[in-house]
Amino acid sequence: MSMDRRGFLLAAAATLGAVVQDSLAGSGPAGKVADPASAGRALGPTTAADIDAAYQVIEKQLKCSCGCGLDIYTCRTTDFNCTYSPGLHRQVVELGQQGKTAQEIIDAFIAQYGQQVLMAPPKRGYNLIGYLLPGVVILVAAGFLLFMLNRWTRVAAAKAAAAGPASTGHVDASPAELERLRRELERLPG
Amino acid sequence: MTLLGNLSLWLALLVGLWGAVTGFAGGLQGRSDLQQSARRAVFAMFAALALATICLEVAIFRHDFNVAYVAARTSRNLPTFYLWSALYSGQEGSLLFWATVLSLFATLAQVLTGARHRAYLPFVAAVTCLVTAFFVTVMLSAANPFARLAFTPADGSGMNPQLQNPGMVFHPPMLYLGYISITIPFAFAVAALLSKKLDVDWLVAIRKWTLVSWLFLSIGLLIGMWWAYVELGWGGYWAWDPVENAALLPWLVMTAFLHSVMIQEKRGMLKKWNLALVLGAWLLSIFGTFLTRSGVIASVHSFTQSPVGYFFLVFILVAAAAIVVLYATRLPLLEAEATLESIVSRETSFLFNNLLLIGIAFAVLWGTMLPILTEWVLGVKYTVKGAWFNTVIVPIGLALLLLTGIGPLIAWRRASIPNLKRQFAVPATTGLFALLILLVAGMRDVYAILAIAFGGFVMGTVVQEFGRGATARHRQFGEPLALAALRLVGRNRRRYGGYIVHTGIVLLFIAFSGMAFKTETQATLRPGESATLRSPYGHVYTFTHLGISQYDALNRRVTAALVDVSIDGKPMGRLKTEKRQHVDALGRNTFEPSTEVGIRSGLREDLYVVLGGLVNGTEQAVYRFTINPLVWWVWFGGYVLVAGGLIVLWPGGGSPAVRRTQAGYAVKLEAQR
Repeated sequence: MSMDRRGFLLAAAATLGAVVQDSLAGSGPAGKVADPASAGRALGPTTAADIDAAYQVIEKQLKCSCGCGLDIYTCRTTDFNCTYSPGLHRQVVELGQQGKTAQEIIDAFIAQYGQQVLMAPPKRGYNLIGYLLPGVVILVAAGFLLFMLNRWTRVAAAKAAAAGPASTGHVDASPAELERLRRELERLPG
Repeated sequence: MTLLGNLSLWLALLVGLWGAVTGFAGGLQGRSDLQQSARRAVFAMFAALALATICLEVAIFRHDFNVAYVAARTSRNLPTFYLWSALYSGQEGSLLFWATVLSLFATLAQVLTGARHRAYLPFVAAVTCLVTAFFVTVMLSAANPFARLAFTPADGSGMNPQLQNPGMVFHPPMLYLGYISITIPFAFAVAALLSKKLDVDWLVAIRKWTLVSWLFLSIGLLIGMWWAYVELGWGGYWAWDPVENAALLPWLVMTAFLHSVMIQEKRGMLKKWNLALVLGAWLLSIFGTFLTRSGVIASVHSFTQSPVGYFFLVFILVAAAAIVVLYATRLPLLEAEATLESIVSRETSFLFNNLLLIGIAFAVLWGTMLPILTEWVLGVKYTVKGAWFNTVIVPIGLALLLLTGIGPLIAWRRASIPNLKRQFAVPATTGLFALLILLVAGMRDVYAILAIAFGGFVMGTVVQEFGRGATARHRQFGEPLALAALRLVGRNRRRYGGYIVHTGIVLLFIAFSGMAFKTETQATLRPGESATLRSPYGHVYTFTHLGISQYDALNRRVTAALVDVSIDGKPMGRLKTEKRQHVDALGRNTFEPSTEVGIRSGLREDLYVVLGGLVNGTEQAVYRFTINPLVWWVWFGGYVLVAGGLIVLWPGGGSPAVRRTQAGYAVKLEAQR
């Protein structure tokens, strides 16, 4: 194939134009990729509602029904292949656009999907046992431990008192000297 | 190969059962011939299981897709790097890996245990053989890795893309090594109970093993966190997933044991408690395995639902019943050698440390089981994840962090008021100073403030301990301070290695608090368009979408998005994030497209970029941009923790104080006999 000078210059100008156009910031629609299917599910452009912090707070309290165990917001922004979370997100946005408050939106989800749609048990009724039990168990155990420690130390003190001077061994030293010795020992490494 | 593999499994089972019978009988009757036979059974069991593992690996590397396990887990184009890890990427193979590693540890326990503790070895052989035989039974009954298909597929299904990450090569083996090696201290504890040799000897025999388990579990958990962070794409590293929790449970219990064991070594107290901790850690490790493999709780880690769970359930119940009976019958032999002299003492602080560690373990277990319990009681299967765990666990964790700093400041036996004042002055000042700075800087997240302030307090304690020790050496031997500090660690690895572990824990807590300041946004960008995000430190990051490229790699089609990043207008470099469509050797899609995150890690914060997808198949891309503060410190804190653990574990250089007290305690026991 032959090309004259004019043809060559036209082709070069067209190529340059294409390169310039391609590198212009945000100019026009981006080109098609060769294999769109391998890039996952086709998405729509991000809307203001997608990044609305108020909706995010609500969605983080509601579980996605795809089985991933994540909340709606995390699922739709992590597994962009999920076909459930975008629909649930739209539902949240629609309810919000109807003027419902955050709690009303959550209540609407509970009414539709049941309590299991929540990302944590609500802090009321029997659920409080779920929240408080570990803390209560630790506090009760701590109280019991303190009681036992008090008892053990009293028994030890009583034994030491009954043993009399033997409790300090055969060291001929005053309490002040013993305290000084203890301090000196504590200063030693190891 | 499958025939040889099956034969090896049957041989391992028979030899294991023989080792269990001869070990128990030889130990109880004192017959050396049976004891020797049990010892040899351990070695033979390991040889048989190693052979079975080799058989499975050969089948995997030969792409023998007639073997169901190989067909389900691999494909011809799976990179060699991951072919090895296919061994433990599924139920059947991981059971074989478990049994083999357990038999290896059983062999090492027989070979490495010193003459002083030989009396325990027949029982140790019996217990390890019995536990290994259980795993082999499960394989042969319900999850045989050598099961064949009725046909041979042209190619296998391939490995889940999320498992095709370097984390897969290191995380499961480390976690398994930690989980599995718990059986060795457990076996020694059972041996001590059965032989009634319950003095300090069995503790000395198992301390290193417990440290080994703890260290492997720590490494496994940390690599797992890193893997979740770089692979799963949600931007965090800990999700309170039931299987993560299952690995955390024995780690917490062993951490408690590694603290309380010091009281038994120094004072001859807490014998019952220490035994209970070792036995409990093992039961929790088996319980965790049950959770992972039964499908009883939904988890990202779960293997498919299978009858394997029933085997584990029965095993746990029988083992727990046997342990409780054995433990109860030996209680009279476990009386303390000394009594507590004062509530204000190191012993008390360790007791409260144990209380909080076990309290956290209980809370984790309670939270993990809560969905099942609420379903039974209330008829609603609630989700119990980060929100619940952060509410319940974080306050207890902060109390534990505070105690980490308090414990080393209190003297053994009895602390005096002047001593307490002298000890607490520097650490308390450090903590309060940190608190003041945070409040003045405008930080308002209560948990983050407390984590950093308590962290400052603990670091004050650690630095003070190092400073005093090094100064004492400097005065005594005239060594330069840096050399004195190094020799201090070398001469007393257990104590100062422990402080380094505490430093790692402080770094981890502070790094965890960074997640309270995570910021993120989502944007759809054409090539050349930019999105901005303000970091918690006030810097503005600009992310410019450069374009999309698509290409074929070894076993996948890659859609790569390139992003130019600048901070406050200054260029920082480029980040690449990908969508990967994995294919088999015939070019067929094997899984849903997966995401590879683009991460730029820094001391202050990580930039975390996820390619969500493309708009209508064009180069217009949907991104999620996240700024994760302090994540780098999670990994660095992990290195410090592991380094401290290695120092503690390193042979020799034990604390002279501990050796003295142990010697004194042993003499005391001898005198009482």
